Amino acid sequence: MIELLIRNAGRYIFLIVFQVLILNNVQLGGFINPYLYVLFILMLPIEIPGWLLLLLSFLMGLSIDLFENTAGMHASASVFMAFCRPYLLNMISPREGFDRNSQPTIQKFGINWFLTYAGILILLHHFALFYLEIFRFSAFFSTLLRVILSSTFTLGLVVIAQYLFNRVKKN
Amino acid sequence: MRNIFVFIWRNHFVFLFLILQGFSVYLLIQNNNYHRSGFINSANIMSGNFLNLYSNITEYFSLKKANEILAAENAELKKHHPGSYFKFDVQVFNINDTVYRQQYTYRAARVVNKSVNKRNNFLTLNRGSLHGVEKDMAVITPIGVVGIVKDVSKNFCTVLPMINVNSKISAQIKNNNYFGSVVWNGNNSSLVDLVDIPSHVKLHKGDTVVTTSFSTIFPEGIIVGTIEEFELKTGHNFYTIKIKPGTDFGSVTNVYIVGNLLKKEQIQLETAEEQKEEANHD
Repeated sequence: MIELLIRNAGRYIFLIVFQVLILNNVQLGGFINPYLYVLFILMLPIEIPGWLLLLLSFLMGLSIDLFENTAGMHASASVFMAFCRPYLLNMISPREGFDRNSQPTIQKFGINWFLTYAGILILLHHFALFYLEIFRFSAFFSTLLRVILSSTFTLGLVVIAQYLFNRVKKN
Repeated sequence: MRNIFVFIWRNHFVFLFLILQGFSVYLLIQNNNYHRSGFINSANIMSGNFLNLYSNITEYFSLKKANEILAAENAELKKHHPGSYFKFDVQVFNINDTVYRQQYTYRAARVVNKSVNKRNNFLTLNRGSLHGVEKDMAVITPIGVVGIVKDVSKNFCTVLPMINVNSKISAQIKNNNYFGSVVWNGNNSSLVDLVDIPSHVKLHKGDTVVTTSFSTIFPEGIIVGTIEEFELKTGHNFYTIKIKPGTDFGSVTNVYIVGNLLKKEQIQLETAEEQKEEANHD
């Protein structure tokens, strides 16, 4: 339990620093803005209480907002993503259900399951984020292109992070 | 009553979602309003200090370019030094004090955080109310306009740069004084638009665009940029002009915050006139 707490707290701080200092300075054609910090929300334990999930996501989004001068934008998108997470998990749960306190990782559930899980949530998050950023529907398709490109890029980073940081349990 | 609590408890996930989402949207809308100070911005103490530390490190990478710009400006200033003039008439310098009163103040500041690849780009500077910075002051570099101060905290201020979709700066073409507004469409941070230039004006590629004297924010004649391309669409009365900003927003580190000492007086007079006119209409 304590280990879980420390790992998540560490991930929280690391992701903020990484997002603010490195990813926010990445410019790829003006269309791709990867937001790796959603990894924190993706990696929270499956059995986490709903209210805690929402509050932690809100906090994460707000922390990013703090550094980006976008009050509420990331918070709103993150909360939206967190809200969708339990429903999505319900839809794609394995037949025998989830273990208690297990984290949704590639190592545990396989690459296909993880790509579905992370892909859908990241797409939802980026969709909310980019349309909130532009705040109108007039440039619908150019924004949609941004959403799709950035989501793909973020998903790639998330998968790489999984392989880099998760120890493979030998049993 | 009990049933209400049971209902809320059973659906607490949805309610909490709605509350947090409502709060986020409230923050978002409040922050979008240009004339209200945002509370959560990178001018606050915690993130401000953190970003300051970060820029202390990263600014070493752009030192060379910053030095070049400063050297160029020094040369420009030396030109204006009394010592580099030939005195035709001593009297000019004697009556200087009563004829000229200082109108603009300049404060040097450093960019501690910025974004250039978003729609709503921002800069954070390491000068705040303790250094006399106020809202709506101009921010410039020796090579061009940067933007306008938006929020001010004790030690930091945020700037709404030219490359923000909410920015609007009045500007004129230097060689014929026709004026319009500089806005940004949010697509390409190396090009901004100059609008409201009527179709009968003769334009050339490379013409310099400078700030006007109408604004109470910018001094007259600060370079905005040069005309990159222009086009007159059939049936339109105004040109579509793309300007390449003089400031390179990707590498800007040292800026000046410009205050207008006579601004209050001008605005007071103008609002008084407007009120008089309104009274006449009634």
